[in-house]
Formats: sequence, structure tokens, C-alpha cells
Amino acid sequence: MASQTEVLIDPIFNNNPIALQVLGICSALAVTISMSTTTVMCLAVLFVTTMSNLAVSLVRNYIPTNIRIIVQMTIIASLVIVVDQVLQAVAYDISKQLSVFVSLIITNCIVMGRAEAFAMQNGPWMSTLDGFGNALGYSVILIGVALVREPLGAGTLFGMEIIPTVANGGWYEPNGMFLLAPSAFFIIGFFIWAIRAWKTDQVEEEEFEIAPNIQYKEAA
Amino acid sequence: MDHYLGLFIRAVFIENMALAFFLGMCTFIAVSKKISTALGLGIAVIVVLAITVPLNNLIYNFLLKEGALAWAGFPDVDLSFLGVLAYIGVIAAMVQILEMVLDKYVPVLYNALGVFLPLITVNCAILGASLMMIDQGQTFAESVVFGLGAGVGWALAIVALAGVREKLKYSDVPEGLRGLGITFVSVGLISLCFLSFGGIDV
Repeated sequence: MASQTEVLIDPIFNNNPIALQVLGICSALAVTISMSTTTVMCLAVLFVTTMSNLAVSLVRNYIPTNIRIIVQMTIIASLVIVVDQVLQAVAYDISKQLSVFVSLIITNCIVMGRAEAFAMQNGPWMSTLDGFGNALGYSVILIGVALVREPLGAGTLFGMEIIPTVANGGWYEPNGMFLLAPSAFFIIGFFIWAIRAWKTDQVEEEEFEIAPNIQYKEAA
Repeated sequence: MDHYLGLFIRAVFIENMALAFFLGMCTFIAVSKKISTALGLGIAVIVVLAITVPLNNLIYNFLLKEGALAWAGFPDVDLSFLGVLAYIGVIAAMVQILEMVLDKYVPVLYNALGVFLPLITVNCAILGASLMMIDQGQTFAESVVFGLGAGVGWALAIVALAGVREKLKYSDVPEGLRGLGITFVSVGLISLCFLSFGGIDV
């Protein structure tokens, strides 16, 4: 049985949901244009993952195996509706900017994945920790991506100017590329590279061995 | 007619589900190692999207929208907050029904799509398309075209990526970038190509 700290800390770098488990990438890419939307999104995912893991774990012994997916879906969807309604009431502007992505937390594979893989087998306390840890791992990557995208793309952070742009009399010509879709893919790709350069055990096996080049000898 | 054609082209190329909105990314990355499997999943997504988006349009317009229940004698009821719960239910049920129908009547297609169908319930492209359709306030006819277009666009993107990855496995990639990392970078490049459709005004 893994210790509590392991369950909480492991998903952040050793078993990161985005970089290693390939879960929950959709929203990771779409909302990272600005720091404020990213922060709100992270908090929403943190809440939903933690609570859904807790709820699923509490009822896990009463769910018949055949309909477990539907039960999990219902729990998650209800939590997401709560988050969505609260956001619309408290932070209407941000909820408009996030548009469909708050609702899409339902199909965020992190939430489903952790409910299915962890909360169905473990007690409530451990499941809560696991949900929280995985959401933290997700948040770390998201905030990292947003920290690159917003300053380089618009010269701002949390909507406040940190690099004076040319349009405002400064020196920085904002690189609009960083606000568009492709940049997010590149940034996450390089993040994965960075993590794997540090944690070398995550490197994937090569499918084909590159044969040594012997043709030059024949040519000579 | 022009309007619908424009909507279709926009859904396939300009507002591509996978490459412009990042929807369905998990399966997009996970199931794109071989062209044949990618094609199978792509077709399954087209079928499911073309059915569920119009269906959810009907549900929204006749059950959930503010005042939509007027025909049942409840003109003041606004159930739109139940939206996501209803759509995901429809999608899950639809996938299940489709699986059973295909198994019974078109076993060839069932065997080809079989393993992919359950995956589709948790594919955010499906739910995302329904939510976007509601967001844009589309009519029923528009939702049919949009659902089909979104599916075709997604299928196109995953097959393109699978093609790139099949070639990529013979190349010498730096250690840490191998596998997932280089896949992300390739998706970025494909997405960059699709950006060039952005200037087209339809």
C-alpha cells in the first residue's frame, strides 16, 4: 500500500496525468491562452476530481459493475453542473471565456480515469488524496504552459502588462503565434521532453533500431 | 444551400475539432499509431457525431430551452442547466444502441468498429460538438450539417496524424522526445498547416 504522501505527490512529476498517462489534454491546450482562465480551470478541475473521487469511493461497494460507468458519469456531471453554475454566478466574464470547456470537464479523462482506476478500489481518504494529487499534476502543466503563452503572446500576465509591447510604446512585438492552437502543442511537447530528460525512466522504448551506416565504406 | 456548404467546409477545415479546438485529444493521441485503426475510429466518430448532434439539438429545443416545455403546459420552466447531463446521457445511450444495432444487422461494420465504440463516449469531441451547436444556436438542419462536418474533420485529422506517425517510427528521435513528445510536436505542425485555411471566408 502506497503511503499518503506518495499518493499525493507522485502524480505531480513521476506519474503526471498529462505528460505520462496522456489524460485530459483537450482542456490543457484550449484554456492556457491566459493565466486567469487557466487558474479558474485548474481550480474547477481540482474541485471536481477530488470530490468525484471521494464520492465514487464512498459508493464503490454498492455500484453493480455493469453500470459503474453511468454512475460515475452522473456523479461527475452533477459536480460539473455545480461548478458551472457557481462560475456563472461569481465570475461571469471568465465563465464566458471558458465557454464549453467547463462543461467538458465531464469528459476530461483525468476525472473518469482516476475514478475508474483508483477510487473504485480504494478507501475514501486515499481516493481524495489521489484525486487532489492528480489534479495538482494537471494544474502544474497547465500553469506552466500558460506562463509561457500569455507573456510571449500578449505581453501580459493575469491581464497585467509585464513586457511592454510595441503597441503600448514598449519594445516587445507580441508573437501572435503563442495565442494560436499550434503553439500549445509545441510547448507541451517540449515540457514532456524536459520532464523526461530529468526523469529518464519515463523515456519510451524505440520501435526500430537505426542500423549503422555502412554504405560509405562500400563507396570507398 | 450555399450556407450549408459553407458551414460544412468550416466545420471540416477551419474550425477543425481536433486541431483548432483541441477536442478529443486523448483518443487522438492514443489511437493514432496505425492508419487502419485511426480510420476505423474516425468513421465511428463520424457516425456518432452525425447522430448525436441533431438529436441533442432536438432535446435542447423541445425539452430544455427556456419556455421549450410550453407544449406540455409548462411555459415558465427553464431546464437548460440540466443540459450537459442530458447530452452525455444521450451520447452514452446512443453509443450503446448503435453497438447493439450494428452487432445485430451489420456484423461486418461491428467487427471493424467494435473496439472503438465504447471509447467514443468519453471522447470530448462528441460532447464538445453538441455544446458548440447549442452555443451557436443552430437550427436542426444546421446541426445535421455541423455534426457531419465536425466528424469528417476529426477523422481527417486523426488519419493525417497516423500517416505521419507511421513514417516517424523509422526516424531517429532524441531520447526524451521519443513517443509522446514528438507526437505533440507533429500535431502542432499539422495544426499549423490547418491554420492556413483560416483566411478562407465562407
